[in-house]
Amino acid sequence: MLTAIAFYVFSAALILAALMVIASRNPVHSVLYLILAFFNAAALFVLMGAEFLAMILLIVYVGAVAVLFLFVVMMLDIDFAELKRGALRYAPVGALVGLALVVELVLVGSIWSFAADAGHVLGAATPAGMTNTEALGHILYTDYIYYFQTAGLILLVAMIGAIVLTLRHRPDVRRQSIPRQVARRPKDSMVVVDIQPGQGA
Amino acid sequence: MALIGFFTWLFSLVGITLPYGWAWFLSYAVFILIYAVVLLVMLAFILLFDRKVWAAVQLRRGPNVVGAFGLLQSFADFFKFAFKEVVIPSSSNKGLFLFAPLLTFTLAFIAFAVVPVAHGWVIANINVGVLYLFAISSLGVYGIIMGGWASNSKYPFLSSMRSAAQMVSYEVSIGFVMVTVLIFAGSLNLSKIVEAQRHGWYAFSILFPMMVVFFVSALAETNRPPFDLVEAESELVAGFMVEYSSTPYLLFMIGEYFSIVLMCALLSILFFGGWLPPVDIWPLNAVPGVIWFIAKVWFFFFFFAMVKAFVPRYRYDQLMRLGWKVFLPLSLVWVVVAAGWVLYFPNGIGG
Repeated sequence: MLTAIAFYVFSAALILAALMVIASRNPVHSVLYLILAFFNAAALFVLMGAEFLAMILLIVYVGAVAVLFLFVVMMLDIDFAELKRGALRYAPVGALVGLALVVELVLVGSIWSFAADAGHVLGAATPAGMTNTEALGHILYTDYIYYFQTAGLILLVAMIGAIVLTLRHRPDVRRQSIPRQVARRPKDSMVVVDIQPGQGA
Repeated sequence: MALIGFFTWLFSLVGITLPYGWAWFLSYAVFILIYAVVLLVMLAFILLFDRKVWAAVQLRRGPNVVGAFGLLQSFADFFKFAFKEVVIPSSSNKGLFLFAPLLTFTLAFIAFAVVPVAHGWVIANINVGVLYLFAISSLGVYGIIMGGWASNSKYPFLSSMRSAAQMVSYEVSIGFVMVTVLIFAGSLNLSKIVEAQRHGWYAFSILFPMMVVFFVSALAETNRPPFDLVEAESELVAGFMVEYSSTPYLLFMIGEYFSIVLMCALLSILFFGGWLPPVDIWPLNAVPGVIWFIAKVWFFFFFFAMVKAFVPRYRYDQLMRLGWKVFLPLSLVWVVVAAGWVLYFPNGIGG
């Protein structure tokens, strides 16, 4: 019974938070509601016994991605009231897109059929004597090793691409040379002069 | 759980048969209450210890008026904080302004749920304990960002921007350091990590450099000197706490010290064998594990206090360089080294 109560509380909070993401006027509040939604999703993962996924969701999305969102939203001085003024004009288009998504969902839900051997692959519970994390690791690094490595390579390429696109060498900018600064000694840049009384400038 | 039986017995005295679920719930509530009170009292003395060490380094006496040797100073401070007026800036975002310190405090507190203080002495012995702690400590940045933003004032905002960048940067290397320990221990469960060090603490294996990286990153992650750029008083007055007063400020401060204690606890669990004695011989292993654990936490807190006392503050660009260009490559390489070590010396030192 406790599990059921927890499930309904977290789901209700998740849906409410997701609604508030698009309903709140202040963009910073939107991001904070998004974080609340992530939290509740993580709690639902924990209820399902997928503790590793829950923690990864928190670490990656809440700990890194949402911080970036918050950073950007706080730094940019966007007047969202101004942006939202004309929003009603686009309502028919939005409704159309929403309708298309609903139709797709209904179609997928009604004519979905599983592959013949999907049942035992999907329904495979965590093997006995193994934690959730170990089971995931075993699957990722044996059956799906090529897909896993490919995903990693794609991310690496994306990262290098982002760095290459934003890296600019501007000749007029003076940069620090850390090794030179560290290697610098007092005698390289300082002279101690003994000035006799009455001879100083 | 001894308390479950106790509660079932207690309620049977007044003629109520307590369902197991309720007895479980009650006994955990009592455990959490005891744990929280012990933690808070210990924190009061940690605060005093910090000030005393700092004073001793500067050849001062430190707090010595309230109680014998100033032992009750923290409690006096608490009452002072609690009875002051809460000042809320009129242009602040009031809800978030008050929520931010609460969040910092709560996050710092709940992290202790998975910290094993002795064999079997842990509130939640979960299998992803390390990830849980990592997640909680990476959420700590929100309290600071929200507090800085909701204050609607320049210095707090600048400070919260700094802190967000700083904490996110150092989390990366903390994460990789944890991965090296995980490779050695072969588990994400904190109790199992401690048990894996029974025949040699990881600090005295090839993970020693990672211990140093973890300690320095922990200083940065908790915004302690020399990385306290978040509240650099010469530049930002008091950082994100400028607008805070009274109890909200107290919550921020307690949250900060709690996360420092948490980092000390993590340091002793990941690298110094948690509740285990240094060597498994008679006079040492007769001491209860919880005493070893608390002694280690205080020992590492002493280092935190000493660093605060005699290391000058870093410049911001030096801080970023250290995080991204020194610690990140070093810890990344060490993940590979540790994996190779475990692969080729499966029964070696700490393997």
